[in-house]
Amino acid sequence: MKINYIGTVIADNLSELMLPYFQDMVHAGFPSPASDFIESPIDLNKYLIKNNAATFLVRVSGKSMIGAGINDGATLIIDRSIKPSHNSIIVAAVDGEFVCRRLKTKPKLCLVAENKGYKPIYINSQIDFEVTGLVTSVINQFT
Amino acid sequence: MSIALVDCVSFYASCERVFRPDLKERPVVVLSNNDGCVIARSIEAKKMGIKMGVPWFKVKDRYIRKGGIVFSSNFAFYGDMSRRVMNILDSISPKTEVYSIDEAFLDFSGTEKNVGCFNFGLQLKNTVGRWTGIPVRVGIGPTKTLAKIASYQIKKRNIKSRVLALDNQKDINQALEATPVGEIWGVGRRLNRKLSMAGINNALQLSYAPPQDIRKRFSIVLERTVRELNGERCLEIEDVSPTKKQIVVSRSFAKKITNLEVLNTVINDYVVRAAEKLRSEKQKSSTISVFIRTSPFDASQSYRAIKSYSFTYPTDDTRDFLYAVRKTLAKIYKPNYRYSKAGIMLSSFSDIGYVQNSLFRESHTYKMNSKLMKVIDELNINQKQIYIASQNIGKFKPIQRNMISPKYTTSWIDLPVVR
Repeated sequence: MKINYIGTVIADNLSELMLPYFQDMVHAGFPSPASDFIESPIDLNKYLIKNNAATFLVRVSGKSMIGAGINDGATLIIDRSIKPSHNSIIVAAVDGEFVCRRLKTKPKLCLVAENKGYKPIYINSQIDFEVTGLVTSVINQFT
Repeated sequence: MSIALVDCVSFYASCERVFRPDLKERPVVVLSNNDGCVIARSIEAKKMGIKMGVPWFKVKDRYIRKGGIVFSSNFAFYGDMSRRVMNILDSISPKTEVYSIDEAFLDFSGTEKNVGCFNFGLQLKNTVGRWTGIPVRVGIGPTKTLAKIASYQIKKRNIKSRVLALDNQKDINQALEATPVGEIWGVGRRLNRKLSMAGINNALQLSYAPPQDIRKRFSIVLERTVRELNGERCLEIEDVSPTKKQIVVSRSFAKKITNLEVLNTVINDYVVRAAEKLRSEKQKSSTISVFIRTSPFDASQSYRAIKSYSFTYPTDDTRDFLYAVRKTLAKIYKPNYRYSKAGIMLSSFSDIGYVQNSLFRESHTYKMNSKLMKVIDELNINQKQIYIASQNIGKFKPIQRNMISPKYTTSWIDLPVVR
């Protein structure tokens, strides 16, 4: 895995997490003064949330989507304004309960888990089904 | 020239449903602070005959037996959902007036030529519905008053699309004729009676009255209404919200209070909240009123009292208000009563910048006070950490909210769960 260094995390007790972001290339031999380094700080909210009014957070319970990198206890970021399509990971209300699954629109409309232990949910007229929103990101916390 | 009134359908009850898909099509009611009265009903609950404002204990047994769902009010959650709805409206039309927690006026003059009024309304409804899960009605007309009438007609005619655009005279007249004067925006019960004595029973009849006559016989306000009914704009969209004129904090108690010290402690809590709000609005107040009362459902005793305290100088310092409340409460408090509700009101506002100096008090004392209050407000922004000594710190629970839903959108531990 390749990891790029972005900057030092300043974790003050702030609601918006700010990280200094180095925008200019650093040329060897003649460094610019330190004050020139700090440009716009990184804001995780801006990075993860495009449409504030339509974005909701939910907590995952269970391992149905473990194959997609969504762990038990993960936080999902859902954007209700984006229309999901074939293969989107979505949150939907199925018979009165929220589930997170991958949406398949072909050959038949169904919701599939990313875990062999879970059966696909085929959407038919017997099932009360409504898409809640598209999952745009997952936050898995390790500590 | 078109104005839309966007109005959330049974707002609090609709909020409760957003993260509870199992409650779709089930009766839902929301109770006032302290679980006293019904303050919101889903359509299903309305159909069961649950009236707005009815005391909960009167309908509880029958409602629950029939499978109704009940919630205590969760204002942190409703406030966040309201913010979302209003943000969306604001992003669609730059001229938006938030009229209440669940209503807003939009001026979309100019846009209607491209898409048509009805389609614009449909787009609004679909966007808010899809993005937030909150169902809205959209009433459209050339003026605010007519937009309100369109919204009323959606309810009355039970229009499935929940959008009605009054964009031609024929539709306007039809809607006016079907609207009793008492349902017109700004016509209260007394005015309603006076108008029907004059033979004016519906909005169409009122719209035919000569405005000058209405002004002479009634008021300039009603004259404006008549002009608005005729499509003449008199009320503009107020996209800059006017500064508040007063701040009220009042609650009923879960358990009756029979002791002055406890009552004072509970009221001190209200004072701290109101003063925080006052400072966040950058205002100062020079009058605080205190009121206390016994329960209106208690047949054996009845006492209510209200008294105001005026400061020589406008203030926003919590300690000034606490001092005033202690003095005022001692004057109106009578022993041997079981108090069920109390409240305070701050009024006579003036901007922070403007403080009249006096001969007897040095101006710098204000600065020092405001610094202390600012520090306390900052420390308390996320979580209450600093209390004034006379405040209630959890020993006595004044509010009862036994059936409150989680704070789905404002608290990490309350996030909705998906499987």
